[in-house]
Amino acid sequence: MVHWLFAVGVGFVGLCLLAEAIVGREVWQQRRWRKYLWPGLAFVLGILLWPVMAFYTNSAIHMYAHGSWAEVLMLAGGAELGLVHGRLRSPLWRLTWPLAFVVTGTAFIVHEQNPWFFARSAFLHHLIGWTFLIGALVPLALALRPRSAALQAAFAAVILVVSVQLLTDRDVAPVFGHLSPLAGPPHR
Amino acid sequence: MNTTYASRAAAERRNHRAQAISLLGPLVSAAGVVWAILQPYRVTLLHPRGQGFWWLAVEPPLLVVLAGVVFALVVARPLLADLERHRATTR
Repeated sequence: MVHWLFAVGVGFVGLCLLAEAIVGREVWQQRRWRKYLWPGLAFVLGILLWPVMAFYTNSAIHMYAHGSWAEVLMLAGGAELGLVHGRLRSPLWRLTWPLAFVVTGTAFIVHEQNPWFFARSAFLHHLIGWTFLIGALVPLALALRPRSAALQAAFAAVILVVSVQLLTDRDVAPVFGHLSPLAGPPHR
Repeated sequence: MNTTYASRAAAERRNHRAQAISLLGPLVSAAGVVWAILQPYRVTLLHPRGQGFWWLAVEPPLLVVLAGVVFALVVARPLLADLERHRATTR
């Protein structure tokens, strides 16, 4: 359930990124509140991951994974806030996004201990992990070419894909007809 | 001649951009509606008996619809006005 709430938040960030890519940074930043919108939302999502880590995880490895996501999302969102505000000037701060993607992807893959076709959640953990790891090339390229509209749109696309992947999550459900008997009866 | 052609092409590009922005929110909301129709059991409000608070509060297809509506009203609408103003000033 928490996955769905975060999926919608992540999807909204993706929509804002896509809109910015479509209209261009100059138009997007014409209103003061709008330039802080998606970096601020990313930062808030990072903050909200802390209570998820504290109250919704049931093992040490899940706590480490959610804690690391909280940290890197706050770092990348905070760096972006500093950049749009003008407090941070070095474009190298944009490298916090590929870092966040790599840490997030690695944590997704490492903390899922079951194979791909164990259950839907296991499949999604592997899929989201690899999406982040391969998708990290996009924000990396964007850090080097920050004015590229195509790369901005690709960045938005990766975020939107992750949002859709999170929305397909369920407690215990089969994936392509596979469900390990060890996963328990399907529900939700 | 070339200047006229270039300015017309730029105006057309901005028009496409405006159309894309105005479509984003409705498309997302439509996706949520289609999802709710295809998987009605995801909308627990349709069968609320025995459901806890969170299962009733978090309805994924309705959240997607809501995200589309909020985006269209809060982000897309002022963005379109700014795009139009930008078009007028650069004309």
